[in-house]
Amino acid sequence: MSARDTLEAELDVARLRRDFPILDLRVNGKPLVFLDNAASSQMPRQVMARWVKYRSEQHANIHRAVHYLSETATAEYEAARRKVQAFLNAGADREIIFTSGTTDGINLVAHGYGRRFFGPGDEIILTTLEHHSNIVPWQMVAEEKGAKIRVVPVNDRGELLVDEYRKLFNARTKFVAMTHVSNALGTITPVKEMITIAHERGVPVLVDGAQAVPHLKVDVQDLGCDFYVFSGHKLCGPTGIGALYGKAELLEKMQPFKGGGDMILSVTFEKTTYAPIPAKFEAGTPPIGEAITLGAAIDYLSAIGLERIAAYETDLLDYATDQLHRMPGVRLIGTAEKKAAVLSFALDGVHPHDVGSLLNDDGVAIRTGHHCAQPVMQRFKVPATSRASFAFYNTMAEVDALVASLGRVQKLFA
Amino acid sequence: MTDSRQLYQEMILEHNKKPRNWGLLADATHKAEGVNPLCGDHIHLSLRLAGDTVEAVGFEGEACAICKASASMMTAIVKGKTRADAEQMVQEFRDMTTGKLDPAGPHHLGRLTVFAGVRDLPTRVKCAILPWHTLHAAFAGTDTASTE
Repeated sequence: MSARDTLEAELDVARLRRDFPILDLRVNGKPLVFLDNAASSQMPRQVMARWVKYRSEQHANIHRAVHYLSETATAEYEAARRKVQAFLNAGADREIIFTSGTTDGINLVAHGYGRRFFGPGDEIILTTLEHHSNIVPWQMVAEEKGAKIRVVPVNDRGELLVDEYRKLFNARTKFVAMTHVSNALGTITPVKEMITIAHERGVPVLVDGAQAVPHLKVDVQDLGCDFYVFSGHKLCGPTGIGALYGKAELLEKMQPFKGGGDMILSVTFEKTTYAPIPAKFEAGTPPIGEAITLGAAIDYLSAIGLERIAAYETDLLDYATDQLHRMPGVRLIGTAEKKAAVLSFALDGVHPHDVGSLLNDDGVAIRTGHHCAQPVMQRFKVPATSRASFAFYNTMAEVDALVASLGRVQKLFA
Repeated sequence: MTDSRQLYQEMILEHNKKPRNWGLLADATHKAEGVNPLCGDHIHLSLRLAGDTVEAVGFEGEACAICKASASMMTAIVKGKTRADAEQMVQEFRDMTTGKLDPAGPHHLGRLTVFAGVRDLPTRVKCAILPWHTLHAAFAGTDTASTE
């Protein structure tokens, strides 16, 4: 057995792959090599089965009627909340708000916290690595309130400059919003250290965990963050569901984001009294089945173990990085010391869009473009990159398929 | 689904590598910028019209092979043509790449039929059409074009 076979055997990747029907697909007559996991990951049958069970045996609207199905759906929905709580190691289940995804969670905090507490001249710190979804909501609030955005720079490897970050703080700094893992480069940021720096100055921090939760064990109490957001569909769960963790004392001070049913205690035309958290932030009928299915995805990943997933993906990343390093004419963009399994690269003389189309001919799915992170592209002076992003169900053989396909592209453009 | 390798023919690869009419005109009478922000295609086009005739044309930019070759071949074919003729080709090219014009039928596109295959690759149609939209924008006096 070769070293790489041992690594795959340790996690039993071959067995895990059988849980994912979509991985058996053939594209253009070739086996699908799915390396676009940072955009959205695939769903195992156990998680799909949870959706079917909910729809077959448990669906009704929650928190309303007294009948059997409503009580069952409510219990399962609240059980899913506790699964998210345990997954993030939050202190209490009322600190978990179900959202439609990371973007929704950030908007909730930008409006619920920012619109209440930001004023003219106040400053919000973001980083160069942010996805547009952790930039635009803050710009919208900043524009409305006359607040300013300050940006933490990165070095040439794509690592945040913590000393520069420290210098951005002043008496007007009101908030920090930063990513845990860069979607475009894979950089794992020193989020705990940066939270400590902000807290020493009394500034709350929101962490965008969309790219972190599928790959790392996250403990919000250990990190100390005030808010943490993620999406279900990057976690082998469904689209349309995500979660926001927020410290109870902050969530309680915030204004609701959306008004409607389920978020109130009492309504008259003179005055509405809001429900306590988390209901205060869950107006309307939530995506009940999606939340419950997300709970099943968390169970699935937790059964494998995030630590084991992280260890295997690091091996996969090291192997892929090494293979791409050996290819002349390939430039890796984002070479941080601490990285999740994301490889952004440029192929000399070939536009990423051509790379993506030609790889697709070989059944290899990667993402090309600016990855909704245009400030990162500007920083590295590229219009776009090609990005291969891995999940635990990817194999070393799939890395080889990527490399072989890239070789064919280079030959075509030579 | 069509294999995109059928699209990456020698002519397209060659124009991508050695684009014709590369560089912007110092004495342009018309210019426009074409951007597809999602995929990162970005070109600048400049024209010099003498009366109604395209006397000179130049372009520059950062774009994929499909977009760059389309721009290169477009600039070569519209040079010396009247504005009306060039606008007719814009329409024909757009129709061909969206499947509304048969490349085997009558048209004025000449060897540009090499791009007919993009009609089966929906994500690449906008790359091929971008230079033509940009040409139309330059004629019309609008500064920017996009096909996204």
